[in-house]
Amino acid sequence: MHLISIDDLSVEQIESLFSTSDGFLEVASRPIKKVPALRGRTQVNMFFEASTRTLTSFELAGKRLSADVVNIKASGSSVSKGESLKDTILTLESYRPDILVMRHDKVGACRMATRYTNASVVNAGDGAGEHPTQCLLDLYSLRREFGDLRGMKVAIVGDVLRSRVARSNIFGFRKMGIDVRLVGPSTLMPPGVERWGVPIYEDLAAVHDVDVIYLLRMQMERARGKVPPVPSLREYSRLWGLSPARLRPGQRVMHPGPINRGVELTGDLADDARSLILHQVESGLAVRMAILYHVLAPHPEGDDLI
Amino acid sequence: MSHQGPGQDPVQDGSKILLDPERMRRTLIRMAHEIAEHAPDVSALALVGIQRRGVELAERLADLLEEYHGARPVTGAIDISFYRDDLGVRVAAYDQPVVRSTSLPFDVEGRRIVLVDDVLFTGRTIRAAIEALFDYGRPQAVQLAVLVDRGHRELPIRPDFVGKNVPTSRTERIDVRLAELDGVDEVSLESRRS
Repeated sequence: MHLISIDDLSVEQIESLFSTSDGFLEVASRPIKKVPALRGRTQVNMFFEASTRTLTSFELAGKRLSADVVNIKASGSSVSKGESLKDTILTLESYRPDILVMRHDKVGACRMATRYTNASVVNAGDGAGEHPTQCLLDLYSLRREFGDLRGMKVAIVGDVLRSRVARSNIFGFRKMGIDVRLVGPSTLMPPGVERWGVPIYEDLAAVHDVDVIYLLRMQMERARGKVPPVPSLREYSRLWGLSPARLRPGQRVMHPGPINRGVELTGDLADDARSLILHQVESGLAVRMAILYHVLAPHPEGDDLI
Repeated sequence: MSHQGPGQDPVQDGSKILLDPERMRRTLIRMAHEIAEHAPDVSALALVGIQRRGVELAERLADLLEEYHGARPVTGAIDISFYRDDLGVRVAAYDQPVVRSTSLPFDVEGRRIVLVDDVLFTGRTIRAAIEALFDYGRPQAVQLAVLVDRGHRELPIRPDFVGKNVPTSRTERIDVRLAELDGVDEVSLESRRS
């Protein structure tokens, strides 16, 4: 089984992933944080694009499941010598990996990888395409914090244009019955956004009645050589940056990280108890363990056979 | 569900009741007495049920120990999903794994522990449970209590306390139903024409 898009999963499969994640949260609270579930399996993390937390959390997730984990980064590998994605995957295939966790700057790269490997491919972010494991960990964080997801209201704020997180989250959140709206300047909305069927607001006031404000990172590094979509970060921060004073009682703040303090949110809000940012990171490890476990290890409900 | 071996006379479909509510109660009382008899100090014991029906049985045994021996051992629950040895072996036929909670609200280190399960079959669940238990500490001793031992062991594992020994064929099925989960206390042997 692969995990390429959040659309690959049914509501039931997502809920089942979450109950497995509960088990792995408990494992993380033990003195020995490791279980033998994937003993003898090989997990290759292929990261063709920069990442710290996603790579670290997949690496730790695999190790805590007792898998053998290998990391390959674009720089320092033969990719920097011009090897094609297909050839890199075919080469790795000789080692018979069981799981291929892949991040790539091109949309569809993970889907393509499934054609050249027998391993289960997990999409850890493909360009501006999707980031399904981020969506699942965000949903799991919401479930831990609020319980029932159905009927919740979430505003996704900011750089939707360059965000694969936004793409996966809009569809994943709605699949689980969450009411989603987008907020931000029209220059940060992708062309065709109106076809996604979510309400779009320019004014940050539109977050007043939501349960959660989900801030997106302003992706400056993707603007190189192009006309910037906002005149200045200062102006963006003044109009769309979130501060504790703008939060209503009961509202929570999420962010996929890494955060730009002073841009999407003020530094004191990042450290506020109403921010779930570190809670998301903790959820991420448990959810990624559950994903690695589920792609390899479906087995029956009956427990009288072994 | 069971399948009948080749060359035998067909048996009728359906099930044979092995324990009814009253016999199950008497069986559990006897098991509680045996556990107490072999424990230096009942109050220092821990009964750990294996998810799912072992958990309820551990609670009942703890209640009975309190009723007849004046001290209730601490109880816990253990899920062995992450310790199974058949990952990927039976992939195709099933959809999603079901993981239940593990909760050991006491210090495993140095404690006498009785693992409790409903049916003992190949012994693989028990092997996994022992491995899981040791991730929490080093118990002084681990014993095994099962409501039904149906034979067909594939590992050198032997129960210390047995409710009922039931000779079975490999293809028959033992169904344990408990009031807390299933509305009735009953153990039955399911046999079905192949």
